[in-house]
Amino acid sequence: MIGDRWSRTFSLGLIGVASFSSLLPIVLAVMNALKTTVEIGSNPLALPTQLHWENFSSAWRNAQLGPSLLHSAEVAALTILMVCITATPCAYVLARQKGKFWRFITFYFMATITVPVQLYLYPLYFIFAKLGLVNSIPAVALIYTAMFSPFAIFLLRTYALAIPVALEEAAQVDGARPWQTFWYVILPMMRPGLLTVAIIVGLNAWNEFVIAVTFLQNDSNVTAIVRFYNLTGQYSTDWGEMLAAAVTIVLPVVAIFVLLQRQFIDGMTSGAVKS
Amino acid sequence: MWLFALPALLINICIILVPAVLTFTAAFFMWDGVGTPVWAGLANFQNMVADPVFWSALTNNFIWTAIFLTVPVCLALVMAAALLMAPKARIVVQSIIFLPRIIAVAVTGRIFQGMIFSPATGIVAWLNEHGFSISDPLADPDRSLYAVAAVDIWHWWGFLAVVFLSAMRQISVEQIEAARLDGAGFLQLFRYVLIPGIRPTLTLMLILTVIWSFQVFEFIFIVTRGGPAYGSEVLATFAYRHAFFEGDVGQAAAAACVMSLFGLCATAVYLWLQITDDAQST
Repeated sequence: MIGDRWSRTFSLGLIGVASFSSLLPIVLAVMNALKTTVEIGSNPLALPTQLHWENFSSAWRNAQLGPSLLHSAEVAALTILMVCITATPCAYVLARQKGKFWRFITFYFMATITVPVQLYLYPLYFIFAKLGLVNSIPAVALIYTAMFSPFAIFLLRTYALAIPVALEEAAQVDGARPWQTFWYVILPMMRPGLLTVAIIVGLNAWNEFVIAVTFLQNDSNVTAIVRFYNLTGQYSTDWGEMLAAAVTIVLPVVAIFVLLQRQFIDGMTSGAVKS
Repeated sequence: MWLFALPALLINICIILVPAVLTFTAAFFMWDGVGTPVWAGLANFQNMVADPVFWSALTNNFIWTAIFLTVPVCLALVMAAALLMAPKARIVVQSIIFLPRIIAVAVTGRIFQGMIFSPATGIVAWLNEHGFSISDPLADPDRSLYAVAAVDIWHWWGFLAVVFLSAMRQISVEQIEAARLDGAGFLQLFRYVLIPGIRPTLTLMLILTVIWSFQVFEFIFIVTRGGPAYGSEVLATFAYRHAFFEGDVGQAAAAACVMSLFGLCATAVYLWLQITDDAQST
């Protein structure tokens, strides 16, 4: 046991307050998503007297959430696919190759992690506009691939570094070509890392705002986040319906989080914790 | 073998490096994004320096940095230490305080607008009915920046606490026990064992905080759009507004350059730390 009685009491009190404040806005959102706008206005803290599930059906209908959720899923899936395909071999090379040139490439990827979107957003937008790539879902997924792959490369590189070189040498002695070694020896051992990458990249793509709101402007191809943003404002009136839409968009993320907490937490804190 | 790195590198260069270089160039041109760019020398920078909104945006970035270097970091450090003392509650509470981090910023922003700050439907409205007189902080130019910062702190501090907790758990139990046996209370343990024990992680998070504070965009753009009366404008919203609403990409590029300049010093420290760390681990 760590800590005396006083510090334990203090810790438990703090933990209680912290959990309460983290959950309060979420609970308020879920609770009020089931109330009418009049009820919300009269007391936002009251429990619903009757569950108004129709908020969800009208949000689904009026906000056209169906198609936009589908677009979000498309963008996320495409991004996951492209990040996994490009980052995995790159991580493997960066783990194995030594020397100045590869140090520089590693350094370059590190630097792009901290580059603000604003530094490349404007020329990128007008170039894409010229090329007719605005309002294209694959184009947005391509931008996400560039944004999220440095994270994936560094996470996968730690997995590659843990694979014994002797394993590859054995494959080479048996006459395997580099791509065969990669495909049959390295890739299977990186699988747990790929799951984490897929989850974090998928989450980021699902939630991303700046690129999505800038590059997707037609109602016919916006992601759920952009759709939600466009429909709601500071002075929205129908909060019941709006909160129902919010809950619908967040629900898949929370469901996956509950199932795969380890991957979420390990993936998102990777690189932040130094020893 | 080097071909393996090519696709990732190529995508990164086309999407990030080339446009970033173009941004530096565009800062010296008059350009609306569509027509032919016209050489402007330092005009974009001169206009920016003459614009009071630019200075208030820059000040707000500094305020934001100061807030995020202190409030969430202190909260997270104390919380991480508390969770270290309470192993039974750890797993569940860790997930609860992490939860805000995975909810989309657009959704979080709207929930706070409607359920917390709104004078019609939020907690502010409820407080007003129960004898407290509070106006909508988002409608007040002097308070809107702090109100948005509160939303971002809610979203961020729990994640930070989880990071610090993972770092604290790497401190050897013997070391903590020894300090306890020597009669160290919570505060002494915190000050002399836990904080020094996670110094590398703490340093990294503080540097990243500086980098991110000069880039802050999403929460402010979603919740207040930099308003009211530019009260919560930061460099990123200043740049975005110029590029897409005022058709002045050159001005936006100049602001983006200034933004990056401030982050650059922190980025240099970050890269130096990462590279030395990397050299040790490979």
